[in-house]
Amino acid sequence: MSPSLVQAATLGRRAIVRTARQPANVIFPLIFPMLLLAVNAGGLRSATRLPGFPTDSFLAFALAVPFVQGALLATINANVEFARDIQTGFLNRLALTPVRGIVLLVGQLGGLITIAVVQGVFYLVVALAFGVRLASGVGGAVMLLLLEVAIALGFAALGSWAALRTGSTEAVQGLFPVFFVFLFLSSMNMPRNLIQTDWFRWVATINPVSYLIEAVRSLVIEGWNGEALGLGFAAAGGLSLFGFALATHALWRRLERT
Amino acid sequence: MNDTVAVARGVSWRVLHTFFTNPAFLLPSLAFPLFFFTAFAGGLSRVSQIPGFDFPTGYTAFQFVFVLLQSAAFAGVFTGFGIARDFESGFMRRLMLAAPNRSGILLGYSFSALVRWLTVASVVTAVALLARMKIGGGGVDLFALYTLALLLNLAGTLWATGVAMRLRTQQAAPVMQMPVFLLLFFAPVYVPLDLLQGWIHGVASVNPITPLLEAGRGFISGAPELALASFAIAAGLIAGFCFWAVRGLRSAEAAG
Repeated sequence: MSPSLVQAATLGRRAIVRTARQPANVIFPLIFPMLLLAVNAGGLRSATRLPGFPTDSFLAFALAVPFVQGALLATINANVEFARDIQTGFLNRLALTPVRGIVLLVGQLGGLITIAVVQGVFYLVVALAFGVRLASGVGGAVMLLLLEVAIALGFAALGSWAALRTGSTEAVQGLFPVFFVFLFLSSMNMPRNLIQTDWFRWVATINPVSYLIEAVRSLVIEGWNGEALGLGFAAAGGLSLFGFALATHALWRRLERT
Repeated sequence: MNDTVAVARGVSWRVLHTFFTNPAFLLPSLAFPLFFFTAFAGGLSRVSQIPGFDFPTGYTAFQFVFVLLQSAAFAGVFTGFGIARDFESGFMRRLMLAAPNRSGILLGYSFSALVRWLTVASVVTAVALLARMKIGGGGVDLFALYTLALLLNLAGTLWATGVAMRLRTQQAAPVMQMPVFLLLFFAPVYVPLDLLQGWIHGVASVNPITPLLEAGRGFISGAPELALASFAIAAGLIAGFCFWAVRGLRSAEAAG
């Protein structure tokens, strides 16, 4: 195995172990999205009686939200730790070793993605236990996890950029409400064609988070919808590329400063 | 008495100064209720077309009451976060040594939570009015609505203060936040109680926040219902959490 891969694996393992050692960082991203799902699925169940609503189970409809929300929460937690590495000087010490900057970033993102996949499996198991059946079958479950990886990668890259750019745990924590704006102003609770308020529907349409949610949702309630999946992966890929470019630049600047 | 007021004034000035001068505290307090209001009133307005949904003043007013009560409770919870922070930084220890009457500490935090909420409520109300929210209730009804929210703010503050005084760490934030979040969201948030189905209907029926929410919606639509019950519940919550907060203060004193 090449030294870069070994280094990335070591850093990724470190990110996972560090998260696992903080129960709040493990339990909260697992439980909170499920609680919100339970609340929304219970409270908005009658919304399935609206003409044109795509399914008769709001639980199935809303299942996409924990996947995106969980990726967000995992990203915030992991990047707070990454910012702590910068604050405590760990990154500076690492810069003195032969580890390449890009390996550091890949290791950090790899650890986070592993956590996101574990979360995704958890959400899926809970949903199946409560009677949700994936319209896309077993293959859809695999695709769902791949999509979760892509979504987590997109958010994680942006979070890593924030951590590297600011080097402050508070600043990364401050991203939480910013990310949530995008979640709230999306099609998370209502299909876009059923959103009545014009400006909200417009915002939801230009919001990439809507496409992430709709891609996951399509696998759950529709089956294999190429357009929804394509748009979802495109949105996640775009976020990843954009975030990774920013993070790489910020890493280069930070290592240059040290 | 003078000592209590002096301590309360000092504590509340400090908290409010930090709140109004530090965007990291001010913005989330304002942003979260606005997110909820925008997402619910804007994104879910179609819910008002569900058969059986008959709230007279429309979905914006229906959601405004929830957001107002939620902002009130959470202004109290955020104050609890500040108390925990003061314990971690060592400020509370110095404050307890310096305060001639420590009850003033509780009073000061409670007053500052009230001012924080009034600020947030003003912004949320302004946004709701800009969004052309319809109001069916008169002046007395609206006064009752805001009084009810104010009482919930006090109850939320006393709850979070009790937790912060006992655990004395910022890691206690979920303990302060989660029960409040669950109580609020296991009420009829999106549709009236009658339209809830399944387990959530059962939970909402016994949730003490449900009568507050229904009374608030009654006030804003000009058809008050459950007014007496809601104020009695709010008074009960305050009495219980006052005891909880005072015992917490004694626990913090005993811990040194």
